Amino acid sequence: MIQNFSKILDKAIEEIAKLPGIGRRTALRLALHLHQLENIEVEQLLSAISRLKSELHTCQECHNLSDTPVCTICTNPKRNHQLICVVQDIRDVIAIEATHQFNGVYHVLGGIISPINGIGPEQLTLEHLFEKINNNPVEEVILALPTTVEGDTTNFFIYQNISDKVKVVSTIARGIGVGEELEFTDEVTLGRSLIGRTNFETAYSKNN
Amino acid sequence: MHLDKIQLINFKNYKSLQFDFNGKVNGIVGSNGCGKTNLLDAIHYLSFCKSYFSGQDIFSIKFDEELFAIHGVFSNPELNTIDKISCTYKKGARKVMKSNGKEYERLSDHIGRYPLIMVSPYDNDIINGGSELRRKFFDVIISQFDKEYLYQLISYQKLIMQRNAVLKQCNETRNYDMSLIQIFDNQLIPLGYSIFEKRKAFIAEILPIFKNYYSQLSGNQEEVDIVYESGLEKCSFEEGLKSTSQVDFRLGFTNFGVHKDDYLFYIGSDKPIKRFGSQGQQKSFSLALKLSQFDYIFSKTKRKPILLLDDIFDKLDPKRIAHLLDLVGEKFFGQVFISDTDKNRLHQILNEYHIEHTLYDINTQKMI
Ligand SMILES: [Zn+2]
Repeated sequence: MIQNFSKILDKAIEEIAKLPGIGRRTALRLALHLHQLENIEVEQLLSAISRLKSELHTCQECHNLSDTPVCTICTNPKRNHQLICVVQDIRDVIAIEATHQFNGVYHVLGGIISPINGIGPEQLTLEHLFEKINNNPVEEVILALPTTVEGDTTNFFIYQNISDKVKVVSTIARGIGVGEELEFTDEVTLGRSLIGRTNFETAYSKNN
Repeated sequence: MHLDKIQLINFKNYKSLQFDFNGKVNGIVGSNGCGKTNLLDAIHYLSFCKSYFSGQDIFSIKFDEELFAIHGVFSNPELNTIDKISCTYKKGARKVMKSNGKEYERLSDHIGRYPLIMVSPYDNDIINGGSELRRKFFDVIISQFDKEYLYQLISYQKLIMQRNAVLKQCNETRNYDMSLIQIFDNQLIPLGYSIFEKRKAFIAEILPIFKNYYSQLSGNQEEVDIVYESGLEKCSFEEGLKSTSQVDFRLGFTNFGVHKDDYLFYIGSDKPIKRFGSQGQQKSFSLALKLSQFDYIFSKTKRKPILLLDDIFDKLDPKRIAHLLDLVGEKFFGQVFISDTDKNRLHQILNEYHIEHTLYDINTQKMI
């Protein structure tokens, strides 16, 4: 796929092919397409990409993505700040928001505990979560992590650190197929399992 | 339920092959290396979506070819149904399993539909190999009919891997943080007990059947026994994990738990068959294990698994062959495939036991 006639084209292909899900063949097609665009279109694209990096922040409160230092969910006074939903990443926030079943706020962990992949508790935003709850006790924390071994391990870790400061620690109902990721669950199922969430302690003893 | 017809395309040594089988005893004959075992393996594919021998499908493609295809026609006389099952695999693509032209979403939806048991010369590995082979043999049988067990087993193994990763990190950083280890232990313990109880119950259920088969095959000669051995019998899981915790940290893996279980095979009252059993006794032992599996599947599904007996005459002495053929002649089994290098021997021996059969010659690709 390397051309002999243009180092510039080669470089473009190489960079585009680094994106997830894009092979060299597709990268070539995209590079040729970009070359055909009007100048203004290229500038708009470049500026969008560049602002994605320079102006898009992670929310200081919940680690969701945001145009402002604190996101619109965290600054919304109509939302219930006594109810925190803990999720693995931003895609889960998008999935849960799409259900329109949840009126609390979030905490995005940025992953789940998996020592095999080199992810321990300190690689995640867990410390911040514990600190938040310590300083401002809340009514309920919902653990909406994947129902995998790694998800359960993270649930336990959180539960151990907050159970004496939070009235209710619940986990989303296990109507979601065991081992399924939240992101792939359809909205209806996800919405229902949020309503039918169960107390974490009883849910776990039932399962084993 | 049996396999009426098979067609192979570029499967292992076959460019193409087509046979019609009968519902009872089918003899597969041909010289050494002509592919008798490969034909049986193709039948195994139709049942389990994979080879009995090799983990990688690419090795099942004929040399210099791009894909293989196996087509089978199964009939169920009781339900009066006929199903066309096919398994195709192309290099670089994923394996496709179809039933009557419709692709399965998951291979696991097919596995179990046509139960099958392969008896192979390699079965002695279960006696002479490591404990993981014995655990796997029994785990596969239990999990076939207990999806909860399968789920527990997978979760348990994942937790052990995660726990081991923490142990290794602790070892490298000299930072012995017990809080994560504790969380893994709390999850491992209930799973471990459940796996332990299910394994124990399974051995108790299958042991009388196994002993009965062994005595039939050996002509009632010697006692045999299977003893399930688990650390959980000696102390609680908590105590066990505590007692090995220093070794765990030093070695970087978990030394106590049901992943260390074994099944001890005895002959006489207490002699390990691995060391004290003759070749014939070991053969009878592994064969009796496979036949017990047959009974277990039949009792759970009310369907008789297809039985593949690969090259058994070479390794069993005439007396044991006689006992085995008595069992086959009793018609307790359903469809049976027997392979042998010597077509006259197989023909004679089956006639001797008044076992109706058809012979297929692999060399000429013809029914005899
Ligand atoms: Zn926020």
